[in-house]
Amino acid sequence: MNYLIAVIFQPGFFVSGPVHTAMIIGGGAAIVSAWIGVFTIIRGQSFAGHALADVSSAGGAASFLLGINPMFGFLGMAVLAASAMEFLGVSRARERDLVTGIVLGAGLGLTALLLYFDVTTRSTTGAATSVMFGSMFAIPASIIPAVLIIALAVVLLVAAIYRPLLLSSLDSTLAEVQGINVRLIGLLHLLMLSLAVTLSAMTIGAILSTALLIGPAAAALRLAKRPGVAICLAALIGVGATWGGILLAYDSYNWTPGHGWPVSFFIVTIIFAVYLLAGLPGRRGRLGIPTTNRLMST
Amino acid sequence: MFSSFMLNSWIVATMVAIVAGVTGMFVIIRGNTFAAHTLPLSTFPGAAAAKLIGVNEFWGLITFAVLGVVGISQLSRHQRNDVATALTLITLLGLGTLFLSLSNEYSQGVYALLFGQVLGVSRGEIGPVALLSVVAVGLMILLFRPLLLNSVSPDLGTARGISNQRIALLFLAILGLATAMALPVVGALLVFSLMLGPASAARLLTDRPVRALGLCVSIALATVWLALALSYTTNWPVGFFVGGFAALSYGLGRGWAWARAARSIHEVIAGR
Repeated sequence: MNYLIAVIFQPGFFVSGPVHTAMIIGGGAAIVSAWIGVFTIIRGQSFAGHALADVSSAGGAASFLLGINPMFGFLGMAVLAASAMEFLGVSRARERDLVTGIVLGAGLGLTALLLYFDVTTRSTTGAATSVMFGSMFAIPASIIPAVLIIALAVVLLVAAIYRPLLLSSLDSTLAEVQGINVRLIGLLHLLMLSLAVTLSAMTIGAILSTALLIGPAAAALRLAKRPGVAICLAALIGVGATWGGILLAYDSYNWTPGHGWPVSFFIVTIIFAVYLLAGLPGRRGRLGIPTTNRLMST
Repeated sequence: MFSSFMLNSWIVATMVAIVAGVTGMFVIIRGNTFAAHTLPLSTFPGAAAAKLIGVNEFWGLITFAVLGVVGISQLSRHQRNDVATALTLITLLGLGTLFLSLSNEYSQGVYALLFGQVLGVSRGEIGPVALLSVVAVGLMILLFRPLLLNSVSPDLGTARGISNQRIALLFLAILGLATAMALPVVGALLVFSLMLGPASAARLLTDRPVRALGLCVSIALATVWLALALSYTTNWPVGFFVGGFAALSYGLGRGWAWARAARSIHEVIAGR
């Protein structure tokens, strides 16, 4: 038994500083992303969530260049992109996707340029990978308070506007009839989405933060009948996958000597496995999400 | 700028632009933007995987393009379309991080695959790209009418005996093919910019499908050529210019549509 524990938790796992930081920040990011993710899926804004994460990478690249804290870079760019989408935004779903795509393309072009400057002027060759795929074990412990404050703020905000947010996500017309300011709620959701993707972009990287946003929420929505349960379940799955991924990545240094496997890979794999398992009990959609869907998005 | 080593880049970029222009129009009509973004990104691990086991990059790209298409279409049977697309994307990208980290070419490889490396196209790459682009454009021409009918009015298409599911799968396959060929040049993240930008402007300039197609290809060609020339002179990444020009085309298209609407309102008022 002791041997088994020693194999699973390699020596040094519980005393390593970077592991502690990664677990705290990763856990916070996972909870926030899972909460917002449930609403994002119900609202049909998965693409916007993914786009915000990708565009925030330009901020990450800029912060490397300016030598400031990456969190502010990611956050600033995500909020900027969210406002651009809202400003250009159109109500028709198809047109909204197009605007999202255009903003995404322009933002990624900017990322390419800033990363190029990173490489040429500061010779930080690791910038591209650490911005796009995250560098979980290299997060400074000093940003833990800021991360926890953001996480707490988002969780409290969701709790405060839970009912109007849920109603306007499920049926915006009905919400409007009930006197809810749907546009304001939409704006708040987009803002919280930016905060959520910022946190996860720092941990598992800009292009994979969609995993923490959509994956746990999609699995939870397959299992739970009630939205409240789905949110709690999503947070559990997210945190479980993140901590499991950190553990496996730490162990992997012993599999291929001197060369660890990326944390992001393990997190994504666990999430996808949970999603597939969640579909086993019964293939029925919940919360008004259609089970069969035509390939063509409408 | 037109020296021998740049000639390959010009040829490949031109082919990429033609294919992107043709597919881009249908991406917009069908509202497949997210899929157009996902397929290139989920194809790029293929290049890393091919490097890892030491085969030609193209086989890796094609394999992962197929995986992406199958993933999206299978998952969307039990799930909302956008969620299915996102799940496919993250799963394949997760594999990508693993392959890249194992193949020890992490930083440099990532940058080239994500943002393109148009100035380093070798002669051997022209053949496969040409073949793929001929297949992709050929398929699009063959399918032009059913695809258009199905995209504009699925019900009318069904009445004419066109299967929605099959057309959707076929279009995704063409999209996968197009991205697999464009990816080494423009990079995974900006292939879809090249599809969206020109088409978003073209659809506002004309209502006729064939003319719109011509406009799409022309704007895409102009975008790529300009981006290539600017990238050569400034040494900045080509993806930056492609993304910028795509946004510019969209902005100009919207401005044009707005101006036309304003003028017609003005004419109506003046006519009375």
